[in-house]
Amino acid sequence: MASETPLLKRLLGVDQRVFWALGLVLLVAPVFTVESYRLFQLTLAAIYAIAILGLNIITGYNGQISLGHGAFYAVGAYVAAIMMDKMGLPYWSTLPAAAVICGLVGFGIGFPALRLGGLYLALTTFSLAVAVPQLLKYKGIEQWTGGVQGVLVFKPDAPFGLPLSSDQYMYLFTLAMAVLVFVLVRNLMASRIGRAIMAIRDHGLAAEAMGMDIARLKTNTFAVSAMITGLAGALSAIAVEFVSPDSFSVNLSITLFVGMVVGGVASIIGPVFGGLFVVFVPNLAEEISKAAPGVIYGFILILFLFVLPGGVAGLLRRLVARLLR
Amino acid sequence: MLNRRTLLAASGALLAAPRLSQAADLTGVTADEIKIGNVMPYSGPASAYGVIGKLEQAYFKAINDAGGFQGRKLNFITYDDGYSPPKTVEQTRRLVEQDKVSFVFNSLGTPTQSAVHRYMQQRKVPHLFLATGADKWADPQNFPWTIGWQPSYRTEAQIYAKAMLEQKPNAKMALLYQNDDFGKDYLAGVRDVLGARFDTMVKAVSHEVTDATIDSQVVQLHSLGCDVLLTATTPKFAAQTIRKVFDIGWRPALHFITNVSISVAAVMNPAGAEKGVGIITSAYLKDPTDPAWANDTGMKEWRDWMKAHMPDANQDDGNYVYSYGVCKTIMQVLTQCNGDFSRENVMKQATSLNRVANPSLINGITVSTSGTNYHPIKQMQLAKWDGRTFARFGNIIEGAG
Repeated sequence: MASETPLLKRLLGVDQRVFWALGLVLLVAPVFTVESYRLFQLTLAAIYAIAILGLNIITGYNGQISLGHGAFYAVGAYVAAIMMDKMGLPYWSTLPAAAVICGLVGFGIGFPALRLGGLYLALTTFSLAVAVPQLLKYKGIEQWTGGVQGVLVFKPDAPFGLPLSSDQYMYLFTLAMAVLVFVLVRNLMASRIGRAIMAIRDHGLAAEAMGMDIARLKTNTFAVSAMITGLAGALSAIAVEFVSPDSFSVNLSITLFVGMVVGGVASIIGPVFGGLFVVFVPNLAEEISKAAPGVIYGFILILFLFVLPGGVAGLLRRLVARLLR
Repeated sequence: MLNRRTLLAASGALLAAPRLSQAADLTGVTADEIKIGNVMPYSGPASAYGVIGKLEQAYFKAINDAGGFQGRKLNFITYDDGYSPPKTVEQTRRLVEQDKVSFVFNSLGTPTQSAVHRYMQQRKVPHLFLATGADKWADPQNFPWTIGWQPSYRTEAQIYAKAMLEQKPNAKMALLYQNDDFGKDYLAGVRDVLGARFDTMVKAVSHEVTDATIDSQVVQLHSLGCDVLLTATTPKFAAQTIRKVFDIGWRPALHFITNVSISVAAVMNPAGAEKGVGIITSAYLKDPTDPAWANDTGMKEWRDWMKAHMPDANQDDGNYVYSYGVCKTIMQVLTQCNGDFSRENVMKQATSLNRVANPSLINGITVSTSGTNYHPIKQMQLAKWDGRTFARFGNIIEGAG
């Protein structure tokens, strides 16, 4: 054991690129090894991972509880669906548009809402999640949103004549987006701004005393967070090929929150596990008991929190720390 | 020469034969099993309907316990989608791509099934007898693999329009509808029957689900001098309508109300039981609480089955009557398949039902489909509120579709 530790340390220290390459191979491998239905599930997991990462920025890193991120996810999804179905725009163009619009919406909501602290913010964002499915049914915008009927869109085929099915391509496309977003967020959090965001969470008063503009930083963080979750929403519309108000119930916001906590609060890698959890564990629960899947799901959830108090990411952190010691 | 030609023809036929049978899609069917898929909201906002799936599980289990169907086990695979469309897509793909079911049967919910409507056509998987009242499932031209079961809202509206023409041919109809898919199906159904006369005979006013009250709409329709009212809205607004119509002294000669909003506890009593006397609705299923069916053969069959296979279930719940009826229909389809359970033939038989009687349906109502008729149940009977209960009256009326 003692002789292995330096090896790992050396491996980690010498060339991190090896790990990056290995990770990438691991992520791409499913394209060629699993069937299209599993690939679709993995695509969903990657999309949820991005959405949860967005939530993690504001709630995990900045300490502002949001129970309404499903609303931004919904807005992003609708932006994508409307652009594709009503305007005939290509799928990839919907992603920046959804990100920008959700960022603006996030800014607009964050500006007043973040003056409320803690639980009040949680409830304000929660009410947003409650309101959005009903707002989407509003008659005035029905010609765009399709009302209760929703909007059907088409999944893209692989471009440039690549020999991939649309499920394979969609997985790779989502994966590319996810890697991009995760790297960007990692860099953001490692930067001066990132440290300021965390400082506000850890000790607001001290942060303010050091000259940080707390209100502005919080609002901007909220906007970035909404932007990323909105981007995930747009990806979900393309992958699922359908949006409707019922797709974005209050449950969605709770699901994202659960994913964040299970994966690991204030962690970059945590949302990946959060995404896998929210896609696969409900199915697992249903397989164990058809009669009461909710009970099983709750049980697994409590087990996770009990055994892994810092989420999956917390466990990894402890493991790595132990191996490096 | 002749011999060789015969030989060639014979070998040609031999070669062609396996190819023919390969063309038939036998996914999900083996010598001892047929896989049937289903997606239900066992959890979430529509979980009250989960009992439909529960009965179906028990129904197929009972068949398998008794030796199966024509020597095959009916493997009914049902998943929960929590009434969430993205989850429906996931679960339906799981059924089709992973479990490789032969067909999908009686999945529930309009928004949820809309999400997989196109997918089922792409995969050419029979999407049979959906548990939703939307009219869009009857579109054989564009969606040949999907078919509903119960009378659609549109069919129901056609029946009211027909009843109105019969009783008051020169009536002026007020149509109050909820401004969504559900309400608009009624608009379409009335238009189907009245045709060119629609514009002169009907005054239609809509309301939003988000409206606080529909008082102004009722007053407006009353002031237009209408003598027949069709209320096509959800329970809360239906109760408001009944009350308001009564309170402003409007006594329409006929007041039809959608059978979505006829719950005694949620509509008639809140509105005031006496205020709704004379209101007419329609039904196609036998109501298990209706004493008129106490000695009915079909209901006896259902009660015996319930006692034997779901002894703990609440027999007042009409969903069980519905579910039993739709199970009977799928068994009729499988029987008609006559041993050929290819997807093509299952779909063909599902759309070749010829006036099939059903223990769950009001006597006289039958299930009929064809290549161009994707409305399995088109008949209903009217029922009138007498202050305590809805009493059925008159003949079975058939919709126009």
